[in-house]
Amino acid sequence: MSSSLPEQVTAMEQAARAVPNGPAAAAILAAGIGAFSLGLLTTLAQASKAVAGALTFAAQVGPLSGKSTLAVVAYLVAWAILAARWRGKEVHFAPVWTATLVLLAFGLVGTFPLFYELFPSR
Amino acid sequence: MSLTDREAWTVLHGMLLGAVFLLAFAGGLAGLWSLRAEFLTPGGLRERIPRLEIGVLVMAVVAWLTVITGTWIVYPWYRAPTPDSPRSKLLANPNTALWHRFGMEWKEHVAWLAPILATTVAFVVFYYGPRLAHEPKIRNALIMLFTLAFVAAAVAGLFGAFLNKAAPTT
Repeated sequence: MSSSLPEQVTAMEQAARAVPNGPAAAAILAAGIGAFSLGLLTTLAQASKAVAGALTFAAQVGPLSGKSTLAVVAYLVAWAILAARWRGKEVHFAPVWTATLVLLAFGLVGTFPLFYELFPSR
Repeated sequence: MSLTDREAWTVLHGMLLGAVFLLAFAGGLAGLWSLRAEFLTPGGLRERIPRLEIGVLVMAVVAWLTVITGTWIVYPWYRAPTPDSPRSKLLANPNTALWHRFGMEWKEHVAWLAPILATTVAFVVFYYGPRLAHEPKIRNALIMLFTLAFVAAAVAGLFGAFLNKAAPTT
């Protein structure tokens, strides 16, 4: 005999509670770290010609080649580290989400020309 | 109606890849928004999840292809150190310089947030599967990340279209 709808819903709720949120939290926080890295690198490259030069991984692309590459690396490395730490664990999601939002905000601001052009290139 | 190689790559980057991402957003948002235990039966969840998974996965892949083709193929042509490159033409005219100094400068950076955020959304959707319907905090976080990815891509796409109008990559 197949289970009733309420029984199916209860079973799914129990299954959901059995799934730790650690891996999801790791991915989400890593996205914030990646965004922050992009904003930071963009602002630093604007403020320093030496940094801009160091971030020029490919001459035809310019400093964007290094900014984008390192931001993606930061995202992936952060994800790997956090995923390893939080695998199989239930973490407090609220502070993770708050930190992610703050990091995302820095990333958005740091990539906005009206902000990073406040730092004259030296 | 022929296109040069550069025009073809610009079309692929913006009008194909970028447009697919932006257009798919509505479906993905609806899928995430309606993925609620109170709206769906277990059978309904099982029916919707594969579609949502495919949708967010395709969007993540398309986002990566868009920024990679943009940064590593089209952008070098745009910024070539020659007088006739789009960048040079825009900067040579005070009436159009802001298209580069603001438009391209913003677009080339903010666009990279889209694949990072879209990949995170795709991973979490796959990780939870139908159980995501019982995780409102996670789901709401995904909706916000998904929307931010769209906003980043929309800014990039909008300025890309205007830039190509002001100074086409030919």
